[in-house]
Amino acid sequence: MATVTLTPTKVPDLRLEADNIKPDVFAGKKAAEIADLHVFIGNTQYTLGEFFKVAGEGGTSAAETTIVIDGDVSRVKYIGMKMTEGSILVKGNADMYVGAWMEGGTITVNGDADAFAGMGMTGGEINVAGNAGNYLGAAYRGDWRGMQGGVIRVGGNAGSDIGTFMRGGEIIVNGNVDVHVGTHQEGGTIIVKGDAKSKVGGQMVEGEIYVFGDIEVMMPGFQHVEDADLEVDGVSGRFACYKGDMGERHPRRKGETVYGKLYLKY
Amino acid sequence: MAKMVTDVICPFCGTLCDDLEVSVSDDGTKILDVYNACAIGAEKFLHSQAKDRVTRPRMKQEDGSWKEVTYDEAIEYTAKMLADARKPLMYGWSSTNCEAQAVGTELGEMVGAVMDNTATVCHGSTLIAVQDVGVPSCTLGEILNRADRIVFWGCNPAHAHPRHMSRYSIFPRGFFTGKGAKGRKMVVVDPRVTDTAKTADIHMQVEQGRDFELLTALRVAFKGEWLPDFVGGIPKKTIYEVADVMKSGRFGIIFFGMGVTQSLSKNHNIDQAICVTRDLNEYTKFNIMPMRGHYNVTGSGEVWGWLHGFPYALDLSRGFARYNPGDTTSNDLLMRDEVDSVFVIGSDPGAHFPNSSVKKIWDLPCVCMDPHLTPTTAVCKLHVPVAFVGVETGGCAYRMDNVPIECRKVVDPPEGMPTDLEFLERVVARVKELKGA
Repeated sequence: MATVTLTPTKVPDLRLEADNIKPDVFAGKKAAEIADLHVFIGNTQYTLGEFFKVAGEGGTSAAETTIVIDGDVSRVKYIGMKMTEGSILVKGNADMYVGAWMEGGTITVNGDADAFAGMGMTGGEINVAGNAGNYLGAAYRGDWRGMQGGVIRVGGNAGSDIGTFMRGGEIIVNGNVDVHVGTHQEGGTIIVKGDAKSKVGGQMVEGEIYVFGDIEVMMPGFQHVEDADLEVDGVSGRFACYKGDMGERHPRRKGETVYGKLYLKY
Repeated sequence: MAKMVTDVICPFCGTLCDDLEVSVSDDGTKILDVYNACAIGAEKFLHSQAKDRVTRPRMKQEDGSWKEVTYDEAIEYTAKMLADARKPLMYGWSSTNCEAQAVGTELGEMVGAVMDNTATVCHGSTLIAVQDVGVPSCTLGEILNRADRIVFWGCNPAHAHPRHMSRYSIFPRGFFTGKGAKGRKMVVVDPRVTDTAKTADIHMQVEQGRDFELLTALRVAFKGEWLPDFVGGIPKKTIYEVADVMKSGRFGIIFFGMGVTQSLSKNHNIDQAICVTRDLNEYTKFNIMPMRGHYNVTGSGEVWGWLHGFPYALDLSRGFARYNPGDTTSNDLLMRDEVDSVFVIGSDPGAHFPNSSVKKIWDLPCVCMDPHLTPTTAVCKLHVPVAFVGVETGGCAYRMDNVPIECRKVVDPPEGMPTDLEFLERVVARVKELKGA
């Protein structure tokens, strides 16, 4: 496993677009070649080396490559976007689109990740130790496929619109979330260990949402079905199970109508 | 004896009334009076005659005072600002014609700008919802002639689109609507008792920020499923009743405005309202239409739609079109320090944007092209007054139902004053020289 360490040397005055920071691109490259990769501020092209000190070199393949960003990159977008293998560790905060459309590999952010992290991802793992922004694991505008696979774990809180149009995979938020959880959800699992505000599971077709804390205002399209003892992400407890959203369309499978499921911990 | 100009288009709101009559002095230089228009529309025409109108570009000096400059100097400043910028924001576009919007887009392509229109603080969320779930809509003419179920959700046409109800939606008698208002059922959903709400058959006074829940409840009610006793403060009996009223019509329409597009849930409110409309088409014919504000905000979405595929928040900085509201929208760009200059065209972010965004505009090089004195012209570095579109020059505008209407010129602009189009064309030519293309 080869490691490339990027140490931020200059804070971009506007925001830096660095869609090249991913193992797929760094693999097989020497430090100088990596420093020569292009990045953008608006309409102007720069090199990665103008903003980062590059040490180490890429592995033989993306899977053999680890990228360590040794500092804060809260003004750098697209880190790990569309990556397929390997791993990225960000020791500070990251800007928008961390791991958007990623297919595999691992991204760890020790600080906060801004909006659109894990957007439309199909596989791999994103761990955010701090807070995550809005549209975590959601769909791109107009797309009916949000997150389709993989796992997102958030240590802190997450923003609004998480898991919009989600169709697979798992989002686990340790803290609280803002409005709109799993809107248009059609598969996959969302676990919120803190509180949710409102609009949880609106327009939900199928899939599962677990909320350990309170939901301030429940959606009117959910009906209580039963209570059940469950173990969810290592936590056992008694949950009230609701089905919904009753206003939305629902498929029929094996002679039965399939609903979205919302579990609320007692 | 005054000369009468007939069939004039009103360049104020998205209703784009096309029956105005304007009396003009014999020499054709002065507007004397405006007939058929609402108070706001009439004022737009009369305001162009104001004695204190700014007729030459003004540059802000270091001591804060304004100095008159020539149009050539203004073109030079604007072209240089855009050519030197790495990520300029070109915002506005809603109060100018499609011809100027098209040339402006060419300029945006040349300098790698982010192009955004007033939808960003208005019906942008509607556009997001339309991309997510589609939109069953119609024209205002169809509503006049057919509609017998009218829903105004989070909008107040009595004040914001003053002639909407009399020309299209409530009062007129059309081909299949011979009884006028008597044959129509009107539902208003608004947390406030507005003047529109006062004329409604049913007013659902929803709690603020609970529109998404109420719309969901209507969909549940269409299916006859169980509802909690109250949703958003509305008793379930009323919700089932409104669901029946909507289902029982022959032709229905949901009009909606800022009350749902810019309150909690934003695009999700519209998304759900579109789904309500879709569900209703199982029972009858139903449509949905945004109450677009500026008279040609729809047009700017159309122009960018056919040129680049996205209706607003269009990021051309990398030489190809990108779009993602939340990232490429004006307020996000300004607050996150993502742009290095601002060009405002026919709009007033100074009045409509949050203070924190306006402060950023104040800090950046900013040119504002606008016939009026506005809060934006106060925070910009260069104010370029131009001719009023629809009063002093013609051009194409799109009505709220996406119908293009050719505006008419009524009087000449003050001597030496260019139109938006002319000014932009000259900036394009100068940027071409600067970029050596």
